[in-house]
Amino acid sequence: MSEAGELTVTLLRFGFLLLLWVLVLSTVGALRRDLVVGRRNKVGTPTAREIRRNPELVEEPAPGRPSARRLVVTEGPLAGTALDLAASPILLGRAQEATLVLEDDYASGRHARLFPQGSRWFVEDLGSTNGTYLAGTQLTRALPVEPGVPIRIGKTVIELRP
Amino acid sequence: MSDVLTVPRSRRNIELVLLVLALAVAVGANYLAGIGREEPFNDYFWSTALTLGLMSLFIHVILRFRAKYADPVILPLVIALNGVGLAMIHRLDLSAAAASPDFTPVAPQQVLWTAVAIGAAAVTLILLRDHRILRRFTYISLIVSAILLLLPLTPLGLEINGARIWISVGFGTFQPGEIAKITLAIFFAGYLSTNRDLILLAGKKIGPLQFPRFRDLAPMAAAWLVSIGVLIFQRDLGSSILFFGLFMVMIYVATSRVSWVLIGLAMIGVGVFVALELFSHVALRFDSWINAFTPEVYDRAPGGSRQVVQGLFGLANGGLIGTGFGEGRPDLVTYANSDMIIAALGEELGLIGVVAIVMMYVILVSRGIRAALGTKDGFGKLLACGLSFTIALQCFVVIGGITRLIPLTGLTTPFMSAGGSSLLANWLIVALLLLISETARRPAPTGPMKDSFPEVLGVNGKPVKKRPEKEATR
Repeated sequence: MSEAGELTVTLLRFGFLLLLWVLVLSTVGALRRDLVVGRRNKVGTPTAREIRRNPELVEEPAPGRPSARRLVVTEGPLAGTALDLAASPILLGRAQEATLVLEDDYASGRHARLFPQGSRWFVEDLGSTNGTYLAGTQLTRALPVEPGVPIRIGKTVIELRP
Repeated sequence: MSDVLTVPRSRRNIELVLLVLALAVAVGANYLAGIGREEPFNDYFWSTALTLGLMSLFIHVILRFRAKYADPVILPLVIALNGVGLAMIHRLDLSAAAASPDFTPVAPQQVLWTAVAIGAAAVTLILLRDHRILRRFTYISLIVSAILLLLPLTPLGLEINGARIWISVGFGTFQPGEIAKITLAIFFAGYLSTNRDLILLAGKKIGPLQFPRFRDLAPMAAAWLVSIGVLIFQRDLGSSILFFGLFMVMIYVATSRVSWVLIGLAMIGVGVFVALELFSHVALRFDSWINAFTPEVYDRAPGGSRQVVQGLFGLANGGLIGTGFGEGRPDLVTYANSDMIIAALGEELGLIGVVAIVMMYVILVSRGIRAALGTKDGFGKLLACGLSFTIALQCFVVIGGITRLIPLTGLTTPFMSAGGSSLLANWLIVALLLLISETARRPAPTGPMKDSFPEVLGVNGKPVKKRPEKEATR
């Protein structure tokens, strides 16, 4: 075999070894997304970079326990009262069986209901006389409540806190 | 048995890119195998390249339509391994043909088997759709395994080199045991996923270990009997290790009880001891492993250590970067194209090449285990674990045997060794792993569930008409 031919064969030989490793390493590279998911499972909150690459990471923050943990009365006769939220619905009103008994003349007996569904809390008006207002708009159906958004019942304003 | 969530994304395009790379590896290896010793780009080269290229693209297209979310790296890795194996078989053919002119080449038949095996995988992907259907065949697959394992003992069977594991079919020989490892995995997965709780909860606690009830040991005893039976009647140590290891892993994965592993190891210890006492071929294997370099052992006519020592010399000759395709002498090793193909590749591709090949196996097995972690159903978890473990165990037994870590036993290197039944069985395993990974990675159905509910039936048994105004608001 000529010298040039031998050189080509040697180059091809090394090229083949290189190609083998390029395949292995690009396979590992293609699997990186799975590793990102693994990190999410471990730490919980994805970093900004991971969110930019995988927008679906934030859309659904893992169903299970609702994010809000406490209910706080911010205005009205009961201002300052706080209530820990469990996974069960909460009845708001003047009636004695209500979870949070409102001493508010403008509230109905069974005024509104807060209930968890999936990872969120929803508020629903139970046919009260004066209505329930979520962030200033009167409720006509059950709506999801984000933490920090005020719910007005008569003169009382309550908020969910994480 | 825990679940790990994956971001649902199809990733078929990445698979295509990797597949092109893998085909470059496979076709490049076949080109290098013949370089300088035969006309480049001859008919054989084109038939190999076209078989691998067209068949792998065929599988890729099927995956796009049928299993969109299947794992993207399994197919490229397997194609690369298959192609490198074909190249080495062809290269050894050329040496053998140069030594004796009336030699029938092995490689063309292996190319044919590759096409058949990939075709079988494609048919599995199209017909099966969902691996959970296999659960219905739990006990049928036990019977099928028994039949497959008994076939070589019938008059159909052939005895080659002391092992009676082949049957003769019209156009050649076939190892039914290779298919039996899939059907056994299906049986174990189905049985264990059904009876897992029973096995877990019943039993006596002795010290820190909870021992199972005696009657729950029955399937374990059956597995032990199968492997010992294979060892005694078919004289095949490799398959018997494979079957028993498969069962041990699956029962450990199902129950996460160390006591099972201890019982299994004790049973296999007894089995090995008895085998050493009773069967000369097992004792000879051990002797030629421990005293491989003793001249008497090296020269012993049956059961000598010549094969493994020649393989080690080949690996030493290859060194770090290898001699290059066609430059070494792997043809000096007996069975260089089947049992010892890793030694041949180690000589010609060197440590760098062999480590890349081992890495491919490692990634392949880890993807199988990943599919097992991701899928929700217990049957799929156990099946994926068991199937990927068979690949891992075969690699370990073969490569460990060649590097003299453990005694050399005759098992095939998955996807590489010459031998159609092994190739067929491993491609079927790949099809099953792809299906299981599809269920593991497919996004959970979101949005309105309207279509997935059966129609509401009225009092008269006819579907209730939906109110038109509801339809209008949709």
